[in-house]
Amino acid sequence: MAEAAAKLKGGRLCSICNDRRPALKRPKTLEQICRECFYTVFEDEIHNVIVENQLFKPGERIAIGASGGKDSTVLAYVLSELNRRHNYGLDLFLLSVDEGITGYRDDSLETVKRNEIQYGLPLKVVSYKELYGWTMDEIVKLIGLKNNCTFCGVFRRQALDRGAALLKVDKLVTGHNADDIAETVLLNILRGDIARLSRCTSIITGEDGPIPRCKPFKYTYEKEIVIYPFCWLDYFSTECIYSPNAYRGFAREFIKDLERMRPRAILDIIKSGEDFRISASTKMPEQGNCERCGYISSQKWCKACVLLEGLNRGLPKLGIGRSRGLNNEQNKDMKLTDGTKSMQSKQCGTLDF
Amino acid sequence: MESLSQTIRPGAVNFKSGIPNNNFIEEVLLCANLKLLAMQLTLEFGGGLELLCNSLKIHKVNVDPQDGEKLTMKHLLAWVRTNLIKERPEMFMKGDSVRPGVLVLINDCDWELSEQLDTVLEEDDVVVFISTLHGG
Repeated sequence: MAEAAAKLKGGRLCSICNDRRPALKRPKTLEQICRECFYTVFEDEIHNVIVENQLFKPGERIAIGASGGKDSTVLAYVLSELNRRHNYGLDLFLLSVDEGITGYRDDSLETVKRNEIQYGLPLKVVSYKELYGWTMDEIVKLIGLKNNCTFCGVFRRQALDRGAALLKVDKLVTGHNADDIAETVLLNILRGDIARLSRCTSIITGEDGPIPRCKPFKYTYEKEIVIYPFCWLDYFSTECIYSPNAYRGFAREFIKDLERMRPRAILDIIKSGEDFRISASTKMPEQGNCERCGYISSQKWCKACVLLEGLNRGLPKLGIGRSRGLNNEQNKDMKLTDGTKSMQSKQCGTLDF
Repeated sequence: MESLSQTIRPGAVNFKSGIPNNNFIEEVLLCANLKLLAMQLTLEFGGGLELLCNSLKIHKVNVDPQDGEKLTMKHLLAWVRTNLIKERPEMFMKGDSVRPGVLVLINDCDWELSEQLDTVLEEDDVVVFISTLHGG
């Protein structure tokens, strides 16, 4: 195996230590660096992002949104490592959502359960079944594979908040990386969603709400997150069996094409998103609370309540697609139904949102 | 690196360059057993790519060099597509290279540091493909 090492162009050395042979090219800087220096800069950069953006305060309880996938697994590992190394003084927890997808989530939850032991972080799992009365398997059986990702996305967002509230944490961190954020910037432009465009690049969101969220990997390239744990972290990588979110898929592929040609494109798209100035005349949705469950919402009812109402009344198309303008009529219609019965399984009212 | 591979397989190099080999018998044997020159490689698929090849992560394979001479990544990718990928090849390849978002490590080293498609492989090399396209 001695001769089976490295096929480097020229005899270059790591551009940081100038001693060892490089193992990867950093997309962010195009530097060629060795494995040891990579671990150091990878972790140091995340530490700097945390410090510069004051993501945490000593003594805070922090939930890590953990799916068992690469991003959240690396996040859980790095965060617990940095917490120890730099004495952040944080109480860390793993928070997982069980969407109820047989053959996908049950497997990835096993990974999270192993992580719980490996990193010694307490784990809390909240399930769609207990929160909403429906598993994704049941929802897909009813509505088919067309809009299932809408249900799942809306439900997951709220499920994480509810789990975080149960854990009584001060903040929720998620593993969204630079590639994800660049992708979201593009999607929000493509959808003309100005409100989301202006907040999707913020490293901390929801500071006015009960549980702010932050993204310590905002500037971390997916490529590095994948290479970082290479061979030694335990994570789960299978595509959701109901996945094909085609639109996002296109944006994702476009970003990866751009990255191949010019890796900085990812950071530049994030920068563009950050620097957008929304004209004062643009009508922005007003943030209020859902009349039904109290969750933050710009409409009378939050999206999850609208979707759930549709499911429970056998009208699963309710709340799918553009609802601007239609929303009021829908709500009028919904007022006629007995909300308490169909909402039994979703006791958001007990939470202080 | 290049010279090393030549010392490992002197027969092949001499055969190609037309320089008469002083050991006639060895030459004949090498010709007859060209199949033996197939290179043994370890290929590893991760990040969901293993699902495209029978859910098997590690494949020990023997690949014939092009023209019995050398084996490049470009040739290996075509070979993998034909011989290992059982479904959705578009998840693995785009054009004659890997799909953007698929990382390639050759002997634990980012292929962006070598010649990428033109990288010449040698006996016992380990090539890892990891998809970054699956959810986090």
